[in-house]
Formats: sequence, C-alpha cells, structure tokens
Amino acid sequence: MDTWVKDMRKLNDIVDYCQTLYDDLNFTAARDWKAAKPGRHVIGYMPTYVPREIIHAAGMLPLGVLGGGDNLEVIHGDAYYQSYICRIPRSTIELAVTKRLNFVDGMLFPSTCDVIRNLSGIWKLLYPDVYSRYFDVPQNFTSAVGGTYYVQELRELAEGLEGISGTKITDEALNRSIDLYNKNRRLVNDVYNVRQVTPWKALSWEVYLLMRAGMVLPVEEHSQLMTDYLAAVQAEDRPKRDNCRVIVQGSFCEQPPLNLVKSIELAGCYIVDDDYMLVNRWLQDEVPTDGNPMENLADAFLNYSGETACKYVPEREDKGKFLIDAVRERRAEGVIFAAPSFCDPALLDRPMLSGALARENIPHISFKYAENSGQMQPIREQAGTFADTIKLWGEA
Amino acid sequence: MSNQTQITTPAASQEVIKDASMLKQKAMIADNYDKLTRAKELGLKVASTYVPGNLNELIMCFDMLNNLPEINAIQNGMRKKSGGMIMDAEKMGHSEDVCTYVKADIGNMAKGSIAPNGKPMPVPDLLLLSYTGCFTFLKWFELLRDQYGCETAMLHVPYTGDGIITDNMRDYVVKQLKEVLIPTLERVSGVKFDIDRLREYLRQSAKAEDDLVWVLKSAKNTPSPIDAYFGGVFYIGPIFTAFRGTPDAVEYYQLLRGEIEQRIAARMGPVTPDGDLGEEKYRLVVEGPPNWTSFREFWKMFYEEGAVVVASTYTKVGGVYDYDGFRHDPDNPLESLAEYCLGCYTNRNLPTRVDMIEQYLEDYQADGLLVNSIKSCNSFSAGQLMIMRTIEERTGKPAAFIETDLVDPRYFSPANVKNRLESYFQMIEQKRRAGGSARAA
Ligand code: SF4
Ligand code: SF4
Repeated sequence: MDTWVKDMRKLNDIVDYCQTLYDDLNFTAARDWKAAKPGRHVIGYMPTYVPREIIHAAGMLPLGVLGGGDNLEVIHGDAYYQSYICRIPRSTIELAVTKRLNFVDGMLFPSTCDVIRNLSGIWKLLYPDVYSRYFDVPQNFTSAVGGTYYVQELRELAEGLEGISGTKITDEALNRSIDLYNKNRRLVNDVYNVRQVTPWKALSWEVYLLMRAGMVLPVEEHSQLMTDYLAAVQAEDRPKRDNCRVIVQGSFCEQPPLNLVKSIELAGCYIVDDDYMLVNRWLQDEVPTDGNPMENLADAFLNYSGETACKYVPEREDKGKFLIDAVRERRAEGVIFAAPSFCDPALLDRPMLSGALARENIPHISFKYAENSGQMQPIREQAGTFADTIKLWGEA
Repeated sequence: MSNQTQITTPAASQEVIKDASMLKQKAMIADNYDKLTRAKELGLKVASTYVPGNLNELIMCFDMLNNLPEINAIQNGMRKKSGGMIMDAEKMGHSEDVCTYVKADIGNMAKGSIAPNGKPMPVPDLLLLSYTGCFTFLKWFELLRDQYGCETAMLHVPYTGDGIITDNMRDYVVKQLKEVLIPTLERVSGVKFDIDRLREYLRQSAKAEDDLVWVLKSAKNTPSPIDAYFGGVFYIGPIFTAFRGTPDAVEYYQLLRGEIEQRIAARMGPVTPDGDLGEEKYRLVVEGPPNWTSFREFWKMFYEEGAVVVASTYTKVGGVYDYDGFRHDPDNPLESLAEYCLGCYTNRNLPTRVDMIEQYLEDYQADGLLVNSIKSCNSFSAGQLMIMRTIEERTGKPAAFIETDLVDPRYFSPANVKNRLESYFQMIEQKRRAGGSARAA
C-alpha cells in the first residue's frame, strides 16, 4: 500500500488544518519550521510571482505574505497609507510592526505594481538590517534581451540569499528544488482540473484554503497535502447543484476574504478557475531539471508563464486571449472580475479584458472588494443575478 | 527689465508681465502643436511617449515628432476640460479608482483628441512605451493600442530597487534600445539611424541641462528668485517635452538664466501670476505633482502667504539633473539614454527619494517639507507618509500633507487645502519660535 493511502487524512481534517494555517496570523507553522533546526531561514514574498525554487535551494522556507485578511485589526498600518491606496500594503506593515514577521530573514517584493514596489522601500527604511529586494522580471520576452537580464537578476537574488545562509546554492540543489516545484505545480493543476470537472466536490473555498497552505508550508508538505486532498475529495459524495460555471479574475494580489469566495459559490456560481495565488502555477509547464537551472527558470518565465495585469502583452491581438482560452478550456459560462479597490493593475486591465470577452459574447460582471470587506450581501446578490442570467441565456 | 513684454492672458484677464523666456516657450509649444496637428500634411511621423524616460533625442534622429499624453492631459486640466473627459471615460467602464491622466486621455480620444490649438491630434504612428517609474504607463499604452491599433514598442526600464543602477540594468536598457527601439523607429520612419546625429542632440541636451540646473539651484539664494514648483513646472517644460536636444531648448535656458541672474542682482523674488512676490516668508520643499485643474488658485494659496517653493521633486520626474549631476553624454549615447531613464525620480527607490528631499531641505535652507498627495498616482503617493515621517525624524523640520488630484477637479477642495496650508505655516512659525527652523531672511 502506498504511504499516502496509509496516511491519508480525511477531507474535514485536511480542510480544518488548512483553515488553521490560514487563520494563524503569527505564522506558527513557519516559525516552527525555522525553530526545528538551527541555521534555518525564512524568506517572505508578496504577490504575484517569485521563483521559490531558488529560496528552497538555499535551504530556506519561502513564506507567502498576502496581507492580513479580515481578521487583522489594522492600527499602525493606516498611518502609512492614504485612504485611496489598497489594503494589502497597510495590513502587511501591520503584520510587521506588530512583530508577526519578526522571524522572517528577508522579504521579496515582486514587480506587481507601484504600491508593492514602494513598499520595498518602506521596508528598507523600517528594517535597514533585514535583507529585502525588489524582485524585477523582464517585460521583454526574447531570450537574448529579457532572458539575459533575468538570468542575472536571478543570480543576484541567489547571491543575496547566499549572503544570509552563508552557503552557496549549487546547480544540483537548484535542479532538485525545481523538480519538487514541478511536482507541486502538477498537483496544483490536478486540483484545479478536479475542481473543473467536479466543482461540487472540490469546493472553491476549500481549494482556496488548500492553495493558501502552500504559502506557509514547505513545498514537500504542501504537495503531500494536495495529494491527500485529491484522494479524499474523490471519495466524497457531495450533492451537485445547478450552479453556473465562472472564472474569477483580478484577485491576484490583495486576497478576497474567504467569505467572498464562499459567497460566490453560495450565490450559484461554481468557480472553475481563478487567479488568486498565481505563484503556485505561474509557470505553465515543467521546468527542465538538468542543464543550467537559472537559464531554465528564465526560459520558463519568458516562454510559458501565465498572464496577468502586471505582465505586458506584446501583441494587441493577444490581449485577453489567455482569459478567453481559460474560459474555453474550463468550460466556463462567465467571468467575474473581482478586483481589490484601488488596484491599478487589475482595474486598468479590466476594460481591455471585458472588451475581449464582449467580442466573444462571454458574459461578465465586475465588483470590487477589500481584504477586510465584511458585507457580502451585495456581492451575493450580484453574483446570484449573474448566475440566473447565465442560466436564462443558456436555456434560451 | 529690458526683455519683458506687457501681455494679457485670457485665462486671468489681467495684466501680467511675461519674460522673454516665457514668450519663447509659448511660441515653441504652439509651434510644436501646430506641427503635430499638421503631421500628415507635413509628412511627419508621430511617436507618442511619456515624460519620464522620454527619448526625445532618439526620436528626433528619425525625423519624428514626439507627442506626450501626460502633457495633453495637463493642458486639458489647465483648460478645465479634463473633468468632463474623465467622467466620459468612467462612463465607458474605466474605474473611478485609477489614474486620471489615463482617463482624461481616453475621454479626450473619444472627443476626437483635440489639441490645445483646437485641431485634432494625429493617430500616432508608434506608441513608444517607455516603462519608466510608473506601472500605469504599461496599462495606459495597452489601452491606447487597443483603441488606435498602431504599433507599440516597449522599453522596459528596471526600477532601481536597491538605489543603484546596476550594470545589468544598464545593459538591458541599452540592448532594448539597440535591438528593439532603434530597428522599430527605423522601420516606422523609414529613416536610417545615425549615431552621430544622436551625439549632436545629446550635446545640445547637456548644454540645456547645465542651465536648467543653474536655474534650479538659484533657489539657494535668499530671497529665492524662482519658485521651483509652480514656476518650476514652466522651467522644466522644454526639457521635459519635445525640445530636449534642440537649439531652441538651449536658447530658452540661456534666456531664462539671464533673467534670473537679473532677479538675483535685484534681490527679487519669483514671478507669480500676480506679479513679483513680495516678502519671502516661508521656504518649502514640495514632494508630489501639482494640481492642474486649479493651478492658479493653488499657487495663489502659497504666494499670498509669502511661501516659496525652493525645491521640488516633481520637477525631477522627467529626469534628475541636479542631485547627482547626471547629464546626457554624447560620448556614451545609448548608455547615457539608459542612465537617464533609470535615474528619473519615480524610478528611484524610496530611501533615495528621502535622501534627495533631506538634501534639498539642507541645501536650500528650507523651513519644511510639504507633500501634495495625488489620488491618482500610486507611483508618487504610496509611501509618502513614510517619507514625511523619516524626514521629520532626520531633520526636525515640520512636514505636512495635503491631498488633491492631477486633473480631476472633484478632488480639489480649496477650503481644505487652504486650511491645511494655514496650519502648516503656523507650525513653521511655532518651530521658528522654538528655534527649530531657520527664519527666511
Ligand atoms: S492590490 Fe493591486 S494596487 Fe494593491 S498592491 Fe496589489 S497589485 Fe498593487
Ligand atoms: S500614475 Fe502617476 S506617474 Fe503614472 S501616469 Fe498616472 S500620474 Fe503619471
């Protein structure tokens, strides 16, 4: 008997465990991991994408920092930001100044938008002794230009991490890490595929929690958890509802409250794809595990990474194609644009994407949220009406 | 003064004195809009591009004109037309939360892209997306490309997150210039690239930049002969827009320098829309862009109180020439274009922005820092409260904060701004009494 079958956990246990991780704003799991062995380090990162393989190969734990959600009281963070700036930077600062991130040895701020970019500078001013890096990715996608630049950026990132650990990241170690993350991405895709086929079994809020667990657990444990979930969910007998199938788009940075994910489902929409935690599946294919690993990671980014508002689309006719392809592949009936208030990337992108959807006659609606939104009734009503409309169209 | 002319400005319907430099700039701008709106007839190709990271010298190498959507938005803001354009764009589905420059531009397009001379702007032949210091740029040109369907070339300028320009960043930008931009410009314009032509333009740029820096630094005098924010936006005009690298720009800055030399000799304060400033009471450093829709009213709130801006960060958004001495360099043409882009103000990390402001406060003997927080602009605004706090801690000088918007009149509340400014001036007075800040002489 395979070990995973022997050790297989019940669905409720898995989901409860993920919920505990999600609720824990002290990141106890990551703290425990660090404390378990002397010399361990934890590197925080914000959305949207960082190559976690490199952190892992340095013997470190990548820790996704996705804001404070709806359970964190933001007291200090508001003093750092004007009212018209989104929530995630202020709650992230709150996590830091309340010492919830005091075990983190470094922070990475990806090139998602100007708010995260400038947060990297705030970090440097607040914590000058902690390693922090604005992590840039190329917007030129040819290997001789963007690729060369990116490989060097990856090397500089690796050197920064080596400075913390005092040990060199070898190609062998990096290739091993790539292998582990390849496996992790396969499982993430399996979970998404299972949800696509049987969304009444793999409920979206559970899948959400399962993906969130990947932000705080070592990759090996997260992969095991997904394996367990996949087995448990198949065995589960859950009623199939007459819901429509939607893709949620625009939530790639500041995360919606879990209640919002639940509300969409309760309102009659099965979420069959989303862009919640893109880091889990940003690279759309296996990264080779031999040869030069930095070049392989760069190549993967240039040639088969996902698409989101923070990435330039070089050709006009390709704008929105990624989303339309997802609608087709996932057999979605509509798209819900759910973007954080004041989120420039998502909100500036929205008119182009909705134009592309309209040209294909794909129904869509949009609303805004904040990570601490409490009132779900309006969203539930909007999503409910959307579901009804789609059903009516479908029957017409 | 010998080189002044009495003219009447329609906006204010009042007599003001215009210096020769102002008249020259006005003529340059009018001529540029004339060329832009007659581009087809003149057989000229047009590149739309942004102020930060604008490659005017390079564009000129291809006999192309340079059209800057931010400047058009500003023009529409100052003419009080942007409010309606923004609302039109919102009706078209653009979020109320995003940058109003973008919406003013899109709203203007829907109305036929009318230039300040009343004639329609041409459809650009190329969108030159110099992605420098602002994320919105990337989306803005994707949106324009969606509408115009014209060719778009991206120049990705990496953000200097660690406060330094690395070789990797410079090489990356140079490579893009060589392998993407220049071939695209050659193809679109039909003109072959000549690096010596570029060198010559860069030589002219450096000359103009020397004089611009001299002008900006003249604010170290007491009283300051210039206002480096409200006046500053006019002084940077030629260098920010379509004229860097031209003999016209060199001449403009020579004229301006001459005028300011005279003001210093006569111990005169800056020119304001109501004539020369009287007593200089407060010397300020300002961070953030101005409000354009009520520009005069906004400025008046300062000069009426005798407040002069002696240094501003906004005037560095299209290039930083004073802080670390950057000049366009004809001997290293492409590298210097890369460094220019990499060094624009909003492409610098927050700690560098704080260092710059701290140095301005010191060098220009300012009483304090005023932040104009712009609702539209995350690139500037996200982090400004941290900048204020750090500056106060480091210098002991008072910092204050007002909130407006660039071109959306809904976010300019005169009473609020005035109240805050008055309290701020009182705060400076209190500091002075407590011996915390040097009294302007
Ligand atoms: S929510 Fe949007 S605007 Fe805010 S930090 Fe994230 S990407 Fe930037
Ligand atoms: S966000 Fe700021 S820098 Fe960017 S286009 Fe708007 S006003 Fe300009």
